[in-house]
Amino acid sequence: MIVNFILNGRPRQIEAPANETLLQTLRDTLGNFDAKEGCNEGVCGACTVLLDGRPVASCLVLTPTVRAHTVVTLRGVQSGDDLHPLQQAFLDHGAVQCGFCTPGILLTALAFLERHPRPDREDVRVALAGNLCRCTGYTKILDAVQAYVSRPGRS
Amino acid sequence: MDTQVLGQVPRIIGRSVVRHDARDKVQAATAYAADWAMPGMLHAVVVRSPYASARIGRLDTTRALAMPGVAVVLTAPDVPRNTLWTDVPGQTTAVGPLRARLHILAEERVRHQGEPVALVAAETLDQARAAAEAVEVEYEPCPGVFDPEAALAPGAPLVHEGTNLLAHWRVTRGDVEGALASAATVVEGEYRTQFVDSSYLEPESGVAWLDADGVITIRVSTQVIEHFRDVAEVLAVPQNRVRVIGTYLGGGFGGKEDVTVEVYLGLLVLRTGRPVKMVWSRQESLLGRAKRHPYLMHYRTAAASTGEILAHDITLVSDAGAYAYLSALVLLYSTVTAAGPYRVPSVRVDARVAYTNNPPTSAMRGFGAMQMVFGYESQVDRVARARGLDPVRIRALNALRRGDTLPVGQVIETHVALPELAARAWAGLGEPSRPRAPHLRVGRGLASNFQPYGRIVWLHDWSSAWVGFEMDGSLVVRCGAPDVGGGQASSLCQIAAAVLGVELERVTIHISDSALTPLAGTTTASRQLYMSGNAVLKACRELREQILGVAATLLGAEPTTLTLVDNAAWAPDGRQLPLADVLRQCARVGVPRSHLGVYHAPAGEPVDLERGQGKVFPDYTFGAHAVEVEVDLETGQVRVRKHVAAHDVGRAINPQSVAGQIQGGAVQGLGYGLMEEILLEEGINLTTSFASYLIPSAADVADVEPVILESGEGLGPFGARGIGEPPIGPPAAALANAIADATGVRVTTLPITAERMARALGLLGP
Repeated sequence: MIVNFILNGRPRQIEAPANETLLQTLRDTLGNFDAKEGCNEGVCGACTVLLDGRPVASCLVLTPTVRAHTVVTLRGVQSGDDLHPLQQAFLDHGAVQCGFCTPGILLTALAFLERHPRPDREDVRVALAGNLCRCTGYTKILDAVQAYVSRPGRS
Repeated sequence: MDTQVLGQVPRIIGRSVVRHDARDKVQAATAYAADWAMPGMLHAVVVRSPYASARIGRLDTTRALAMPGVAVVLTAPDVPRNTLWTDVPGQTTAVGPLRARLHILAEERVRHQGEPVALVAAETLDQARAAAEAVEVEYEPCPGVFDPEAALAPGAPLVHEGTNLLAHWRVTRGDVEGALASAATVVEGEYRTQFVDSSYLEPESGVAWLDADGVITIRVSTQVIEHFRDVAEVLAVPQNRVRVIGTYLGGGFGGKEDVTVEVYLGLLVLRTGRPVKMVWSRQESLLGRAKRHPYLMHYRTAAASTGEILAHDITLVSDAGAYAYLSALVLLYSTVTAAGPYRVPSVRVDARVAYTNNPPTSAMRGFGAMQMVFGYESQVDRVARARGLDPVRIRALNALRRGDTLPVGQVIETHVALPELAARAWAGLGEPSRPRAPHLRVGRGLASNFQPYGRIVWLHDWSSAWVGFEMDGSLVVRCGAPDVGGGQASSLCQIAAAVLGVELERVTIHISDSALTPLAGTTTASRQLYMSGNAVLKACRELREQILGVAATLLGAEPTTLTLVDNAAWAPDGRQLPLADVLRQCARVGVPRSHLGVYHAPAGEPVDLERGQGKVFPDYTFGAHAVEVEVDLETGQVRVRKHVAAHDVGRAINPQSVAGQIQGGAVQGLGYGLMEEILLEEGINLTTSFASYLIPSAADVADVEPVILESGEGLGPFGARGIGEPPIGPPAAALANAIADATGVRVTTLPITAERMARALGLLGP
């Protein structure tokens, strides 16, 4: 099937069988490796992308269903070489170890903060419950998100 | 020692610098093993046994080979050398020397569910999977054995020829029976721990190709690039014809210490001459990869009326699963640490591990030492309650001290901060929380541990690293260490920057390539900062002397009076030469601008543990965790409210990375204590997805507060100790002790799920 959609702000046209997942299309057809395959059943969150601004497990989305929709992977949140301030907060707070879960966690957190700009720590904890991390124990990830939320100069 | 040589610890050591790998990772710029594709690449899958114990009758690949897109189907006869042997030195008891054996593809028999039987490579992954389904295997199920105690009973079905007893270690010191007969308090307990999985987020994966130089090159997620030798052995090619490039790992935790995809990739490249990719699914990883050893631990502990522990009588039985892997060594770690980080005059340990038709067990963070913590710390807690001592007091009273001898005869040569660690972890809990509802009970528990870092001394461990300046004064480090995500590479950069006086931004590191980086050994056993940190330190110091020797002639000063700071050589009177000038002079006079450093760990010969002769490990890292839990008396649900984790890390090269290791290890330990379990029924794995094998999410855990103690007493660079494994040890025992405090009920089986807790509380009937 021919599928047209917007990926990271640019129109893309690809051909995909009806049963191909968005994760497969991104990685195998488009060579975009931002989303990772951790479980392929929608549990771990490593393959998270934003579909029309909402986080989805791309391993559970069939590519033909994204026709005429907008998909954003991690590189889509950056402008040029400048890091997004949430990416910077992850660096400053040591929220990254192996990094395999990081793209999914950043996207889930950004989408959540878009809708809930001033969450408390427990809100963030629940919001990130669908993104597993095996390395950090989550404390520093929550530290980073909180620091981003309360960063100086934020309106 | 190091601090004396340098006068002081350089300023960049101990700073929480941002890791270069993290900068890539927040931008998804890191190319993990599966993030790789090549033109003409085949996709490969493994055909695995659905049976736990069976004979292979007919094995027919004809139909699979005829499927569309299939390039090759391999079975055992296609493997040049199908058996990998590993010598396990130091096995000195009744069992005799052990040569661990592993079949690459099953021959005649399968001994566990998920055992690899055939390989298929095809143009697409879908085609490979379809062809794998078409490989015809007729299995004749055989009797199996699924419990290590049953496996050791007479008449049990044999997993391999001879005996099911894989290893047997014993320790005897003092008069155990005498102490038990006369002690004021004797506490007896039996503890059971479960199979668990490493569950790194990145499944096993790699891509391999035949490079232009004719070398089979395998880019793979591994903790051990030295497996290039195993691949060469299996392929029957010279070792210098195989190269392993280790990627930055999406987690390892010991699960990527054994060979995973690399041997299969090597075989398929050898056979097809084409690039081949193999990525295991999560289901396959949970099914096919080795697990953590479950233990049955029986303790009898004698204590004086004052609370001093006088004796332990300890019996351990563990399950190796169907193949030996590292089971004998895992059991050795258990045997050495079973009495805990305490002075215990009389100790008897009898430890056995048996083959079964369960999934194989092997390395996982904590490696046999972490399971023991649940046993010895539950016992210590019970002694404290029996004698009316608080948890900190009983640990301070019994703690090992420098100069003490472990039951196996090893003398503790470095500072033991246990009393301080216990006190600080306990105090860190602060004011007790009030239960948030009438049906909730709050309790607190403490658990200490010690974990070896560095490999067993009779393995004669070493690491090497190359450090060199480019002409512009930028620095290159080459070191074969894999980075599993703990910041291994970044810490090496930090050490090099510190000793050679350049900014961290001017250091580039190449890691984990068996052809292009000096070999550094495995990223396991909490050894990489210790071993490769020392190798880099050594290389940098030698290089510093070379450079300063040349600078001294230019400055007309004594080399020993010069310093190398801020990209310049400085004389004591304040005169300085830019580093680039010194390097140009080095080139002119023929002084090398690089150095290869080799670090050898303290070595020794195998000891007879039973006679208590001596040294087994280079050194140990000590820790103590305190937790506060809330137990729901109506549902059995246990929630951790507070968690303080204290470790003496010797020296924190990057405190933020150290804290990350402590917090991450603590939460893995909580997962082990509360929820994780590979469930097996007659060897069949019932938990082969993340929907049934549960690891902690952010919502399942509380924040972990790390307490970093720096005694400066470790054997690593600037006095650092290993901290990768230690934090996973204490949480499960601390939980059980906190639950006992909250409810008066002692849980002795892991994990402490709501169902198990409800049963222990009597909520589910007798």
